[in-house]
Amino acid sequence: MNSVGEGCTELKREYDQCFNRWFAEKFLKGDRSADPCSELFHKYHTCVQKAIKEKDIPIEGVEFMGPNREKADS
Amino acid sequence: MGKHFFSETDIKSAWEQVLTAFWQRYPNPYSTHVLTEDVLFREVTPDNRLLSRRLLTKTNRLPRWAERVFPGNLSRSVYIIEDSVVDLGNRSLTSLAWNVNHAKFMLVVERCVFMGEQDRPVWTRITREAWVSSGVFGLSRPIQEFGLARFRSNQVKAMRGLEHALSNLQKASATCHGDSAEKHKNLNSTSETQKPQQYI
Repeated sequence: MNSVGEGCTELKREYDQCFNRWFAEKFLKGDRSADPCSELFHKYHTCVQKAIKEKDIPIEGVEFMGPNREKADS
Repeated sequence: MGKHFFSETDIKSAWEQVLTAFWQRYPNPYSTHVLTEDVLFREVTPDNRLLSRRLLTKTNRLPRWAERVFPGNLSRSVYIIEDSVVDLGNRSLTSLAWNVNHAKFMLVVERCVFMGEQDRPVWTRITREAWVSSGVFGLSRPIQEFGLARFRSNQVKAMRGLEHALSNLQKASATCHGDSAEKHKNLNSTSETQKPQQYI
């Protein structure tokens, strides 16, 4: 899958691979050891943030689960 | 005001597998309208919940009448934020996705809950809810109706895409464990009747 930043797709792939392995083998099994993907994420994140700024994508200051407050909880 | 959608589906896959597939569902044969996918943020909280934010870019396919009325909308894809929380304690993944552009034209908020059931460990319940609203004076009703129809169609694709990802994961794990017999496809989904409407 492509990244929104054309030059970030390879970095994204490396991070995704690391995350998917950690998620299935550690997180889901309750293993709380340190996240091995933080360095890969940092490189990828820097690249994507640059692309987001360049493309003027309006994500700045959007609160986590933003619209949830307006919706009734089921 | 606005349109509401609700569906509940059980699929015969363990919650852990469904979640693993959730992160890996793009690309799939049913997601040609999804152009990009990025993780913007991830954090494990002290109480062992996983928070994530993803940014998706999707094509903005409109019916012809809307293309004529809103020609400017064609120029940009739709940007969607998807925030999610994985809670190992109660075996749930809750996601909330909404578009951060074209929002005055139409805002779609989608909430999904993937729940693993203690007493039925090979099943996962998927609850999907959406709210479609438009702020365009005089045209909000046809826009909302179009939006709901498009959502229904995308929802079918989303389920097929998830099942596709699950199937790939199961095949991959069968290979890893040296299992020569092809695992019988054990995906079983019951969903409400769909009326797919295609808009170019």
